[in-house]
Amino acid sequence: MIEVSHLTKRYGSHTAVSDLSFTIDKGQIYGFLGPNGAGKSTTMNIMTGCLAATSGLVKIDGHDIFEEPRQAKRRLGYLPEQPPVYLDRTPWEYLTFVGRAKGIPDRELPGQIRRVMGETQIADVSSRLIKNLSKGYRQRVGIAQAILGDPETVILDEPTVGLDPKQIIEIRELIQSLGKSHTVVLSSHILSEVQAVCQTVLIISKGKLVACDTPENLERLFAGSASIEITAEATGEQVRRLLSPIGAISQLDIIREENGRCHAQLTGQPEDGEDICRRVFFAFCREKLPLLQLNMVKASLEDIFLELTGGEVSADSSGADGTAEAEEEVEQP
Amino acid sequence: MSAIFRHELSSSFTSLTGYVFGAFLLLFAGIFTMVYNLNYQVANFEYVLGQMAFVFLIIVPILTMRVLAEERRQKTDQLLYSLPLSMTQVVLGKYAAVLCMLALPMAVICLYPILLSAFGSIYFPAAYGAIAGFFLLGAALSAIGVFVSSVTESQAVAAGLCFVVMLVNYFLDSLADFVSSSAFTSFAMLAIVLILLVIILWRMTRNSTVALGIGVVLGVGLCVLYVLRGDELTGLVPELLKNLSLFERFYTFVDGIFDVTAVVYDLSIIGFFLFLSVQSMEKRRWAE
Repeated sequence: MIEVSHLTKRYGSHTAVSDLSFTIDKGQIYGFLGPNGAGKSTTMNIMTGCLAATSGLVKIDGHDIFEEPRQAKRRLGYLPEQPPVYLDRTPWEYLTFVGRAKGIPDRELPGQIRRVMGETQIADVSSRLIKNLSKGYRQRVGIAQAILGDPETVILDEPTVGLDPKQIIEIRELIQSLGKSHTVVLSSHILSEVQAVCQTVLIISKGKLVACDTPENLERLFAGSASIEITAEATGEQVRRLLSPIGAISQLDIIREENGRCHAQLTGQPEDGEDICRRVFFAFCREKLPLLQLNMVKASLEDIFLELTGGEVSADSSGADGTAEAEEEVEQP
Repeated sequence: MSAIFRHELSSSFTSLTGYVFGAFLLLFAGIFTMVYNLNYQVANFEYVLGQMAFVFLIIVPILTMRVLAEERRQKTDQLLYSLPLSMTQVVLGKYAAVLCMLALPMAVICLYPILLSAFGSIYFPAAYGAIAGFFLLGAALSAIGVFVSSVTESQAVAAGLCFVVMLVNYFLDSLADFVSSSAFTSFAMLAIVLILLVIILWRMTRNSTVALGIGVVLGVGLCVLYVLRGDELTGLVPELLKNLSLFERFYTFVDGIFDVTAVVYDLSIIGFFLFLSVQSMEKRRWAE
C-alpha cells in the first residue's frame, strides 16, 4: 500500500506538483492520467525516491521513502520514462546486476531472472547486447528489471510511449497479467490505454489530483445527458413526426439529409437512454422505415478528461497546449 | 555495494576502458624501465616511477570519466536511485572498481623490481615503497576524477575537467615559486578564502545571520593576526600550495622515504572527494 500525503514539488517558482494526496491499495492496476507536464513523472519520481519532494510524505507499506529508503525501495519496482538500461550489456547481465543490487541471493538469482524473462518474453534475446534491441524489447527489459525480486508494487512511467501499435498491445497484455500478482501504477496521457488496462484512474492536472475513481464510475458521474445518434432511410420531416411523441427526448437535431437518408441526434436524460432507443426502434418499425443506425453515445473518459483538465485551460494557455496534445494522441493507438 | 563493484568492473572490461588504461600504464612503465634501468643502468626502480608520474594526467581521466557521468547521460542513474542502495554504496562500489583497475597493471609493475634484481642489486624496500606511493597517488587522483565525473553528464567534459584539475595539481609546485610570499598576499588570499566560505555557508544554510556572523568573527581574527603577528603570514601561500600538491608528496617516496604524512594526506583526499561525490549525487535528487 502506498500513501502519498500533501506532496508538493517546486522547481524554482514553477510548482510541478501541488498538495497531492492519494492512497494506492493492494492488487489493482492504477492509472495516472494527465496532459503533458501535469506532474505525472515528477510524482512517480518522488514516489520511488528518485526525487526529493519540497514537502509532503510518501509511505510504502508504512516505510517513509526518505527515512527508510531501503525497506521502502525493496517493495517497489520502477520503470522510468526512458528504460534505464546499460546499452553495452546483455539483458541477462543487466538483470543479474539489478538482482544483486536488490539483494537477491546468488543461488536464487538465475531462477528469478528466468522467470521474469519468461513473463516479459525476452528469453530469446537474453544474450544480445541491449543496444541492438528494438525499443519494444528495451521496454520489456526495463519492465523485467522492475518486477525482478517480486516487489509488491510496480510503478511504470509511460510504459507504451514510442512503441508501435503491436508492441503497445503486447505491453498492455503484459501489464494486465502483472496486475494479477502485483499492484501496478502506470502513467499515460493516452486515454484509451488507461481505460483498457486500469481499474482505477487518477486524473492529474497541473500538479493537482482532479479525480480518482473507476473508469465506469467516472463515466456515470460525468454523463450529463444521454445522446443517441440515428441514421434512417427517411426524410427529416418523417423523423420529426415519428419521434415527437416520445416524451423522453428533450432535443432532436437533424444533422443532415442526403440520398434519402437522414442523420439525427437525440438527447435525453441519461437514465432514459435505453428506453429511448427501444421506442425509437419500434416507432420506425411501425412505419416500415429502415433504421440503419441506432447508437447510444456514452460520455467517454475522453470527455471527462477534457472536462476536468480543461476547466483551467482558460486561465492558463500552457495548459491548453497540454490538453490539445493529449486530445491528438487519443487517436494514436 | 558488491553488485555495483562487479557490474562496474565487468563493464570496464567489456568496453575498451580497462584495457586502454592498463596498456597505457604498462607501456609507459615499460619504456621508462627500459630507458632508466636497462639503458642507463640505474639500479633504482623508484626513479622510473618518479619520472612517469605525469602519465596519470592522461590515464586517470580515461579511467574515471565515464564512472558517474555516463550513468547520468544514459539515465541509468534513475535505476540507481530507485534500487535499495544508498549513494554511499554506489560511489564506494564504483571507486572500488576503479581502484581494482588501477591495481591490476600495478600488480604487473610489482614484478619489475624482481626481474631487475636478476641483473643488479635492487633495494627492494625503496622500490616497493615507491610503488605503494605511486598507487596511492593514482588512487587519490582517481577520487578527484570520480568527483569531477559526478558533476557533469558528458564524458568529454568530465575528462577535460579532470585533466585540467590534475594539470594544475601537477604544476602546483612550480607555480608556487611565482606567487608572492609577502604577508599581505597571504592576508589577501585568506580573506578571499574567508569570503568564499561565507558564501558557501550562506548558500548551504540560507541563513544570512549565521554566515555573516561567522564571517565577521573570522575576519576580525584574521585582521588582528595580520596587524599583530604579520610576520607569521610571510610565505604562507607558496608553502600552502606546495603542500597541496599530490605529486610533490609522491616524490618523497621516490627519494626513498616512506612518508606517513603523505599516506594520510592521500587517504584524506580520497575520503574528501568521495564524500563530495556522494553529496553531488544526492544533490541531484533535490533539483530545484
